[in-house]
Amino acid sequence: MYAQMVQSEATQDDPEKLAAFQARIDAGEKIEPKDWMPEGYRKTLIRQIGQHAHSEIVGQLPEGNWITRAPTLERKAILLAKVQDEAGHGLYLYCAAETMGVSRDELTEMLLDGRMKYSSIFNYPTLNWADIGAVGWLVDGAAIMNQVPLQRTSFGPYSRAMIRICKEESFHARQGFDAIRKMAEGTSAQKKMAQDAVNRLWFPALMMFGPSDKDSVHSAQSMAWKIKINTNDELRQKFVDQTVPQIEFLGLDLPDPTIKWNEERGHYDYSDPDWSEFFEVIKGNGPCNVDRLAARNKAWDDGAWVRDGLLAHSRKKAARQHAAE
Amino acid sequence: MKNEWPLWEIFIRGQHGMSHRHVGSLHAPDAEMAIKNARDVYTRRNEGVSIWVVEANHIAASSPSDKGPLYEPSESKVYRHPTFFDIPEEVGAM
Amino acid sequence: MTREDAFFQFLLRMGDNTLILGHRVSEWCGHAPVLEEDIALANTALDLIGQTQMWLGLAGEVQGEGRTADDLAFLRDAWDFRNVLLCEVPNGDFGRTLMRQFLFDAWHSIQLGRLMKSSDERVAAIAEKASKEVAYHLERSADTVVGLGDGTEESHRRMQEALDYLWPYVGEMFQSDDVDAEMVKAGIAPDPASLREEYDVLVSRILGDATLIIPDSSFAHKGGRTGAMHTEHLGHLLTQMQWLQRVYPGAKW
Ligand SMILES: [Fe+2]
Ligand SMILES: [Fe+2]
Repeated sequence: MYAQMVQSEATQDDPEKLAAFQARIDAGEKIEPKDWMPEGYRKTLIRQIGQHAHSEIVGQLPEGNWITRAPTLERKAILLAKVQDEAGHGLYLYCAAETMGVSRDELTEMLLDGRMKYSSIFNYPTLNWADIGAVGWLVDGAAIMNQVPLQRTSFGPYSRAMIRICKEESFHARQGFDAIRKMAEGTSAQKKMAQDAVNRLWFPALMMFGPSDKDSVHSAQSMAWKIKINTNDELRQKFVDQTVPQIEFLGLDLPDPTIKWNEERGHYDYSDPDWSEFFEVIKGNGPCNVDRLAARNKAWDDGAWVRDGLLAHSRKKAARQHAAE
Repeated sequence: MKNEWPLWEIFIRGQHGMSHRHVGSLHAPDAEMAIKNARDVYTRRNEGVSIWVVEANHIAASSPSDKGPLYEPSESKVYRHPTFFDIPEEVGAM
Repeated sequence: MTREDAFFQFLLRMGDNTLILGHRVSEWCGHAPVLEEDIALANTALDLIGQTQMWLGLAGEVQGEGRTADDLAFLRDAWDFRNVLLCEVPNGDFGRTLMRQFLFDAWHSIQLGRLMKSSDERVAAIAEKASKEVAYHLERSADTVVGLGDGTEESHRRMQEALDYLWPYVGEMFQSDDVDAEMVKAGIAPDPASLREEYDVLVSRILGDATLIIPDSSFAHKGGRTGAMHTEHLGHLLTQMQWLQRVYPGAKW
């Protein structure tokens, strides 16, 4: 997911307070920033929301890669509006994290120097125009699987950010499907692009949900706190079940020959992605990790004089107003 | 960090006649830029007709432990709510 | 030149300005100095792309050869483009991008104000819609130019450099030729030269607030709005923008 493998922090708080806190969550109450919360809850959430925010921002890059090459004016506008939304998602999520006493600049610096992670998916390249369709359809589609239940998460600001984000996400998935559909129904070259995109992005999309539940650490605590709602495997299965018929609708070949409907389970069987590849990507060895971080660092460093300049002007203006009064 | 733009809370009136609602936050160097940023960030889908911005650290908030004393007394004053009163239908709209 | 020819050229000038500038601004998406600016720049680019669809759509209609806005955007070569050179110069740093935006917005807002009174109601309608968007672009770019000009020593220096670099591209927006004369005669559009006075007043006020000095030179590059001589940069921009349409002719996207 956008926040993969977030370790939840152990917590060493007063057991009575902990029990009362858990009771509030179990009763479906929202935890607000000024409420008492276990230190582990706070730290885990900062890590999870921060990682989610970073994913939105880094996620602008693979799609942004095609804005200047979009094939029609309308596609250019749609893609730009979509990537702009992702910047907005990052902004909402950073603000949610900030309510817990960490600043956006602090989080940003932790992304830039590698102390914090972002989703593995954005370390894969977008190589042909059909990738833009496939990213909206598969990647945003996978993200929605996780984000819809997160609207009910226990932390108020996170939940409200997710509600706002989910409203925008359905536009993302639909525009993606619409774009790749045009290609799947287009010339043979376009169809080839569509197939190439699905083949390349299928397993990375499955990786977004994180390692299998049996290898997944610390998810029990996060689920008790309702900052994780479903298990990785549940969501992955749901995604496969939803997506396979869509691939068939497009008339494309399935990207995994082992995909088969299992009557008994009432689900599709499918192959796991190569988890060793996933762990390499997380470690920094994906196809684009270095370039993605370099691009974010460059934007941040090159922008420093702008942020400082505008702030300096605002301070001068305030001082002048003050002097005039 | 020393030069981080302050955080602003954004309130938007969605339609004429409605009150402003908190929609989220953003960063800006001053109030004027906060209003402009709010227009760009929070009204991309025609969501607003009027924007208020307040610097986040200027907001005084009740503390959660006051929840009882501050709000419970009004819970018992149900008569303040119009639905408390049964008005006969013949009387018409009120 | 017939009136229709002139009208077509005029519409290309309007549409190519917004097309090329919108393309340049969109290059910032994901790379701006701060999230709020990233989102704001994308809004500006989106407005400009929308205006392009209207201007080039009308251009295709007036030309009467069945060409769509997309055909005009993606299937003409550099010499057929009619945007002013100011729009095609590379972004440079954020300061130069915003200075270029301001210098263009100031002209654009005045121009659209005049076009709202055009004798051609299609032109007036497009101008009416675009002018609301551009009023906001101008407000935002002017504020940013003032903020950065009057910010830190570094931001002031960079903004002065941006102004020095871009100023020679300003004059082209006010040059008149036969196309303009024909448009004036038809009551469709104003004489570009007639916008200069209002422009100078506006621009001097803002640049004054920004503590920046307008270069003491009236030299003006030209060749964009006539197509006689674009910069080397336009070809590279088109190479990217038109690539898919060129490699896969006739495909539907
Ligand atoms: Fe998103
Ligand atoms: Fe999205």
